[in-house]
Amino acid sequence: MFIINCPYCGEREQSEFKAGGEAHIIRPKQPTELSDDEWAEYLFMRKNVKGIQFERWVHTHGCRKWFNIVRDTSNDAIEAVYKMGEKPPTK
Amino acid sequence: MTKNLRVKTSKFIDETYKISFKFNGITYYGYKGDTLASALLSNDIHLVGRSFKYHRPRGIMTAGSEEPNAIVQLHNNTPRTEPNVRATEIEIYEGLEASSQNCWPSVNFDIGGINNFLSPVLPAGFYYKTFMWPASFWEKYEYFIRKSAGLGKSPTEPDPDIYEHKYIHCDILIIGAGISGIIAAKTAAKNGYKTLLVDEKPYLGGSTIYQNSEHFKINNQISSSWLEKEINEIKKIENLEIKTRTSVAAYHGYNFLLARENMTDHMPLEQRNDKIRHRLLKIRAKKVITATGSLERPLIFNNNDRPGILLSSAIEKYANFYGVACGEKNILFTNNDSAYETAISLYKKGINIEAIIDNREDIDSKLIKETEKNNIKVYKGYTVVDTSGYKRINKVSIMQLSKDGQKAIGPKISISCDCLGISGGWTPAVHLFTQSGGKLKFRDEDQVFIPNIYPSDQISIGSCNGDFTLDEILSTVPKTLKEFLNLKKTDYEDLEIKSSFNKSKRNIWLLPSDKVIGKTKPFVDYQNDATAKDIKLALREGFRSIEHVKRYTTTGMGTDQGKLGNMHALGIISETAGSKMSELGTTTFRPPYTPLTFGTIVGRNVGEYFDIIRKTPIHEWHVANKAEFENVGQWKRAWYYPKNGENMHDAVQRESKAARDSAGILDASTLGKIDIQGTDASEFLNRVYTNAWSKLAIGKCRYGLMLNEDGMVYDDGVTTRLDENHYIMTTTTGGAATVLGKLEDYLQTEWPELDVYLTSVTDHYATVSVCGPNSKKIISQVIPDLDFSDENFPHMSFKNAKIDKIKCRVMRISFTGEHSYEINIQANYGKSVWEKCMEAGKEFNITPYGTETMHLLRAEKGFIIVGQDTDATMTPIDLQMDWIVSKKKYDFIGKRSLYRSDTIREDRKQLVGLLTENPEEVLEEGAQIVADIKKSPVEMLGHVTSSYYSPNLKKSIALGVVRGGKKMMGQKLIIPMENKQINVTVADPVFLDKENKRLNA
Ligand SMILES: [Zn+2]
Repeated sequence: MFIINCPYCGEREQSEFKAGGEAHIIRPKQPTELSDDEWAEYLFMRKNVKGIQFERWVHTHGCRKWFNIVRDTSNDAIEAVYKMGEKPPTK
Repeated sequence: MTKNLRVKTSKFIDETYKISFKFNGITYYGYKGDTLASALLSNDIHLVGRSFKYHRPRGIMTAGSEEPNAIVQLHNNTPRTEPNVRATEIEIYEGLEASSQNCWPSVNFDIGGINNFLSPVLPAGFYYKTFMWPASFWEKYEYFIRKSAGLGKSPTEPDPDIYEHKYIHCDILIIGAGISGIIAAKTAAKNGYKTLLVDEKPYLGGSTIYQNSEHFKINNQISSSWLEKEINEIKKIENLEIKTRTSVAAYHGYNFLLARENMTDHMPLEQRNDKIRHRLLKIRAKKVITATGSLERPLIFNNNDRPGILLSSAIEKYANFYGVACGEKNILFTNNDSAYETAISLYKKGINIEAIIDNREDIDSKLIKETEKNNIKVYKGYTVVDTSGYKRINKVSIMQLSKDGQKAIGPKISISCDCLGISGGWTPAVHLFTQSGGKLKFRDEDQVFIPNIYPSDQISIGSCNGDFTLDEILSTVPKTLKEFLNLKKTDYEDLEIKSSFNKSKRNIWLLPSDKVIGKTKPFVDYQNDATAKDIKLALREGFRSIEHVKRYTTTGMGTDQGKLGNMHALGIISETAGSKMSELGTTTFRPPYTPLTFGTIVGRNVGEYFDIIRKTPIHEWHVANKAEFENVGQWKRAWYYPKNGENMHDAVQRESKAARDSAGILDASTLGKIDIQGTDASEFLNRVYTNAWSKLAIGKCRYGLMLNEDGMVYDDGVTTRLDENHYIMTTTTGGAATVLGKLEDYLQTEWPELDVYLTSVTDHYATVSVCGPNSKKIISQVIPDLDFSDENFPHMSFKNAKIDKIKCRVMRISFTGEHSYEINIQANYGKSVWEKCMEAGKEFNITPYGTETMHLLRAEKGFIIVGQDTDATMTPIDLQMDWIVSKKKYDFIGKRSLYRSDTIREDRKQLVGLLTENPEEVLEEGAQIVADIKKSPVEMLGHVTSSYYSPNLKKSIALGVVRGGKKMMGQKLIIPMENKQINVTVADPVFLDKENKRLNA
């Protein structure tokens, strides 16, 4: 079970949080302009990488804030935590 | 008469404290300190069970948690009964009753034993192949397999014991209190770390604590005496907590571990009442030191599974620790020096050893010399090729091993015996390390996997790290600790060590016999009866991956997870397939390391504490008025209110009729309520609902449908505009939390520019809903100051009001199709408002109704229930609710998905009404709907989602989803049931008052 460093509350047990899937998938501003394929790309396609993955999490049983983490899915190490709207860290 | 095999006293056994226990109905005696296994062995009982597949007689094999054979059922036919208990772990107590598992009718005469003779037709994959065969075959086998297979019986009554969970946070957790663990605990604790030391055994000191050999000394003391002093010292350290009988079950990421602390299993039954039986420890440690030791390997040879064959180290422990001789004519068979330690221990205790068979040829060591000096015959370069004795070994046959170790050569020598100790060297117990995500490496010189890459802040020390001998442990452990804990020095720098162990080993995974492999039974996994032959067969049939071979042969899939034989399985695969051990890798060891009871996992969350129970502020009234309740999520909702012994059907019919004929009252407090405020609240609602919200006037209510981004209906409810920038949204009872979560998600991540604030107020308000033609008369008595005229207070509008000076919100909205009002008031006044309505409604026979009547009434109107008439595959168009989908709005959640190629298909399942040919016949919810029953396979068109007998329409009505149903109006369809078929006609889903006249009645 991870320990997640909520950018608003600090370190908490994973059981206080919920995962929200891959981060930085932006909802299209003009969905009606998109073809079926383009919309499907937004709606369904996710990377599910082995290794460094950018993810959304929410502190459900805490501050209820959404934020992003960078997690190595091969060993669950959380490399970085950053707020919504902030630029993802680059290595 | 059974023999007494207790030899000389042991300080670990209290011979002044005699304990009686029953095994398979017969009373025996043992002493305090005995395990069931040691007590049985002292009574000369080896045969304790039957194997899983062939039902071969099996005996006690080990002296620890790795035991594959001696698993018993405790207290059969009582609430405390427990299967799969290892006799080698359970400590005896007064009143203990244990019985053999896996044998029917008895351990001495077992009908399944016939499988042993049938074994040529029960090869690897037998069960899989059985499942594949035609179903008719399975039916024939099923009785036989079910009766004779299965590991123990589960209890049929509630568990009378108490369990609990406990969180522990520590700086350092040390798993295993053998010599390495003790050294680590003292070092960590003395340097100021908050330390927790756990061990699965009831005592500290591991296998060193009963070591009595002059060959292993520390600072000129016998190693056990030296360790005993260390243990006495650590018991005094304040910041060190020690927990025995505590087995670590799981090692997860981030150093989160689960351990089971066994509190009462060793106590007499009558002392256990009101005590906590097991405690599940949830441990979060900054650093973990794994000192789990190693397990002795068996040797794999023909008929290596007879009762009386034990690990050599187990025989040593039974002698040294329990003071029990496992036999009177002992033979040891080994490929390394360990068996000689056993031999010397037995000799010292006066236990007879017939011979030692060593597969090594040119060997010599101090231990061997001493053994030979004691006139024990050692056969060097020999192997056991067969054993005999059905319920107890009585003979071994040995032959010389060829130079390459592949053949048994020369004349066969038979030696009679009643016990055979086997030693194939040692396997580090790396189970927890690998569970944590650790990566192993293979050490060729002694053929072991040892920890290599650590995934978290942890270290393995001692024999679980492949340092087996006393000198290795005492030279490496202090060094490792110094580095791991950042210390300048430890107490263990200048120890004087005497360790006479010769590390040479002749590792042969499968020892040869004079018979060919097809004719032999060399067991690799004792519990699941997998032999070397099965593994070879799996490879011949094309299995290559170790994980596949494991599943096909069931090697390592018993309750012991193959702790003994997994390495041999790998070795045999490696040799047969010609692949390197290091490349094969190991199978995954999964938690729990040893089985946990369900009670331990569940802890206190049983009975009424199983889940959180949510009650409405009016709950007590429902209880007092004899309501039956239904669970909706965590809520207890009044289901129906039976009167004068009514059954559910009669009560619901009465309630439904009363609501339409005069007045009904419903507790709707469980509906989710979200308070929405902010200058962009209207825009926000526009984006989350399918219909338009900008033009909703203050004081008006509107029904809204919410979709997922994939276009599927997600939730629905009425939202009211309380003020310019203030709304109150209602959600379904079950959807409240997830809707709020989803709305927050969009607000925070997609539309942070919107000025909107969401607050859950579900628990803050009680909601009393009064419906029916007399509802206005009733509510106007409760709130006399309010103008209830249709002009002032029309359908779908809201008023602020007061009841006895208490502010409330009154909405004129309807889920039943009747003229109706909802009063929302601060929760603690809910019950009093409910009672006021009941009082005012008396003259109109106001009838409380529950969720079942609510469902019936809305079905008459064709209103959907999200989650009952929809699943996650229904769009609003599928629901024939096109009217609620705004064509004008540029965007809302899910809009784009409503015209994907898949969502515009005309043959999607669509919601329709269903009327039965016989109006008295009520359909079953979930029943399949078809058009043509003759064509095979019958094509399934859909299913019934809601079905009731309507007392108001005096006929059966139903809703269902049917492929292309929209265009089937008036068409006949069939509901095939088990013993009949029901003819139905597709109808409009609105069965009653299509013109909505009753809303204003
Ligand atoms: Zn937080």
